[in-house]
Amino acid sequence: MPHIHPETELHNPQSTKPPLDPHLKALENEAIHIFREVAAEFERPVMLYSIGKDSSVLLHLARKAFYPGRIPFPLLHVDTGWKFREMIAFRDEMVEKYDLDLVAHTNPRGAAENVTPFTHGSALYTDIMKTEALRQALDAGQYDAAFGGARRDEEASRAKERIYSFRTPDHRWDPRNQRPELWNVYNGMIRKGESVRAFPLSNWTEVDIWRYIQAEEIPIVPLYFAKKRPVVERDGMMILAEDPRLELLPGEVKREEVIRFRTLGCFPLTGAIRSNATTLDDIISELETATVSERQGRAIDRDQAGSMEKKKREGYF
Amino acid sequence: MTAPALATAALDETAVALPVQEPARVARDSRPLRLITCGSVDDGKSTLIGRLLWDTKAVKEDQAASLQRDSKGKQNDLGLPDFALLLDGLQAEREQGITIDVAYRYFSTDKRSFIVADTPGHEQYTRNMATGASTADLAVLLVDARVGLLEQTRRHATIATLMGIRQFVLAVNKIDLTDYDRSRFEQISHEFKELALSLGVRQVTAIPVSALKGENVVYDGRASMPWYEGPTLVEVLELATTRSAQTVGFRLPVQRVSRPGESFRGYQGTVAGGSVKPGDSVVILPSGMVANVTKIVTFDLVRNAAVAGDAVTLVFDRQVDVSRGDMIVAIDSQPMTGLAFDAQLVALQAEGIQPGKRYWLKSGSRRQRVQVQPISQLDLQSGKWNHADELPMNAIGKVHLAFDEQAIFDAYEQNRTTGAFILIDPDTNNTVAGGMITAKRAALGGIHAEDSRVILSLPADLADQLMATEIFSSRREDAEVRRVTAAQAIEIIDTIDE
Repeated sequence: MPHIHPETELHNPQSTKPPLDPHLKALENEAIHIFREVAAEFERPVMLYSIGKDSSVLLHLARKAFYPGRIPFPLLHVDTGWKFREMIAFRDEMVEKYDLDLVAHTNPRGAAENVTPFTHGSALYTDIMKTEALRQALDAGQYDAAFGGARRDEEASRAKERIYSFRTPDHRWDPRNQRPELWNVYNGMIRKGESVRAFPLSNWTEVDIWRYIQAEEIPIVPLYFAKKRPVVERDGMMILAEDPRLELLPGEVKREEVIRFRTLGCFPLTGAIRSNATTLDDIISELETATVSERQGRAIDRDQAGSMEKKKREGYF
Repeated sequence: MTAPALATAALDETAVALPVQEPARVARDSRPLRLITCGSVDDGKSTLIGRLLWDTKAVKEDQAASLQRDSKGKQNDLGLPDFALLLDGLQAEREQGITIDVAYRYFSTDKRSFIVADTPGHEQYTRNMATGASTADLAVLLVDARVGLLEQTRRHATIATLMGIRQFVLAVNKIDLTDYDRSRFEQISHEFKELALSLGVRQVTAIPVSALKGENVVYDGRASMPWYEGPTLVEVLELATTRSAQTVGFRLPVQRVSRPGESFRGYQGTVAGGSVKPGDSVVILPSGMVANVTKIVTFDLVRNAAVAGDAVTLVFDRQVDVSRGDMIVAIDSQPMTGLAFDAQLVALQAEGIQPGKRYWLKSGSRRQRVQVQPISQLDLQSGKWNHADELPMNAIGKVHLAFDEQAIFDAYEQNRTTGAFILIDPDTNNTVAGGMITAKRAALGGIHAEDSRVILSLPADLADQLMATEIFSSRREDAEVRRVTAAQAIEIIDTIDE
């Protein structure tokens, strides 16, 4: 039974928060419009929640879109089992705080066969624990629409994504044959078994995300802020070394560094950056002068040329 | 490399720009400018955008490194990487060296941020060009200085105009390969100016550009082209205006009804025109019921007003029947409602637009069945509208739309949201056309309100016989013949009799 979100009464209409600048306001309006459109047109939507900064913004926008009602669909977290511990703690905190319906799914085959980023390599591991797991979860829930926080500025094949991205019954994306998408009129017509991935943050850039987090005071995983943490250097990346499952290879040394993360995924595949940014202001000014891109710290993007496109065609988000 | 252009350089109206007729350049808009680049294949669109990204420092070091790596062997004699690889992110695009789908890119200068849609030049992928044009504020049309205007340039300029773009930049690219020939540039500019004027576009700035060398893109090209005193591309973009919210009156297509509990009932949607404030009387279409707005609810606060673009929830003073697809509008400025409309559209798929076929039409949040009757097709060479019974892929056509139940529209000229629609093929669920409403029609099978052409719905064989006669061919303009089945013809005659 739907009910008014518990926060409704707590909300302060005399909020002193300054109004959003017109650029962020326009992005917010667009995202809310997309959320409402999908929720109205599809029977079983779900929101992919990966706990990162984009997911945090997505969650915030979903709460705004349906206020004063609750978010009318569940959140789906594809848990590889190798996420940063702080991410899982944060996830559970959000679920509690905002009264969310969370579905967490781990690929049982991967768990049974003990697939790890170390034993199987990043490409196969990602294929099994993320792509295959996502497909399993989407099939199990019979979801006909799945929201994702992907942004077009992230990567070359993402720059080609529609807002409504059509998928075949076996979750395939055909980038050469996407439906035309004009104005903000989205085509949500599908047959049984087919689905749509919807991307409300398509037109946001990394800086927009951070500026919005700051303006809206959106909670994020503390790993985004610089702190002294144990790290080990591997394949040219600084890996967080706090999980006992990370075995040091010959020649590797664990040391303390002041680091933070620009992007969060599975800890063995996500590189930290040296940074002193401890506040949102710091992060934004660091970004504005950054000389490398955000996904530079993602091992899975670099498996091979066209890596992301290939994964996406097979059903990866 | 030449020195960065002065940030304060004013537009030189005397050079090649036509008189600016848009509102004066006032306070800077902090919204990003959405632009589209178009033109024929190999005019250098991807290179131009790559250059824009490169010179505005939007390419990060790791991206530059993989670009250098990917463009091994393709470096030009300036030692620069193949910029097109920044844009053509799909494997097939890289293999074929062409752009297939729209890529959206983001860059900014000190003054403004930009969303650029790099769209394909191939006629085959016109649908993706239309996708990019539908949301753009400005179009950059590229022409190869050595080649001049092509049919594809005309097609893209026409589609951009149909979609409501009123600001054009003509980038006469590869000017370096003509030895910076001024007269060549002026000749192409003049030709394009004629085309633009015929399309009704008054704001055109022509710029001689070498995307490869970065001349007149971000940095000026004075060293090679002392004869050009106009703005660089980026200077034009920084000063361009974003689409204005049209002001036909308040419009809110209802997306959802929010009923989280007994105590709350709100109507959610994005304001598509005009504004609303608590206390305003509104009409709900198509029912025509009237209500007063008591509250405008958003997550942050209860607001005093909502304007075009705002995603809000409205609460009324009384119980009225409102559902998704309805439109809440100002009482004193209402859209057109009716069963038949005129529209222009772009056919986007291989199967074209079939006469008489029943499609789904989606406009705003409203989806309904429509029968589409092609009337004429635009000949891109002559600029004339020729009679057409069907519209093939990529055709730009005029059509009649006939609905089973009340439809609600504004003219696209007046409101780009409530005047736009897509057509969906019920057999494939694919989006087959994008369309723009031009006017309401009296009724299907009747007499055209504007030019009083007679519409004849005849059995196919009879229609063919008639059209073969000399009398008909000499007076073709006066009548429009539709081929239907004999049974349909009788049905139509019956409705007219009523």
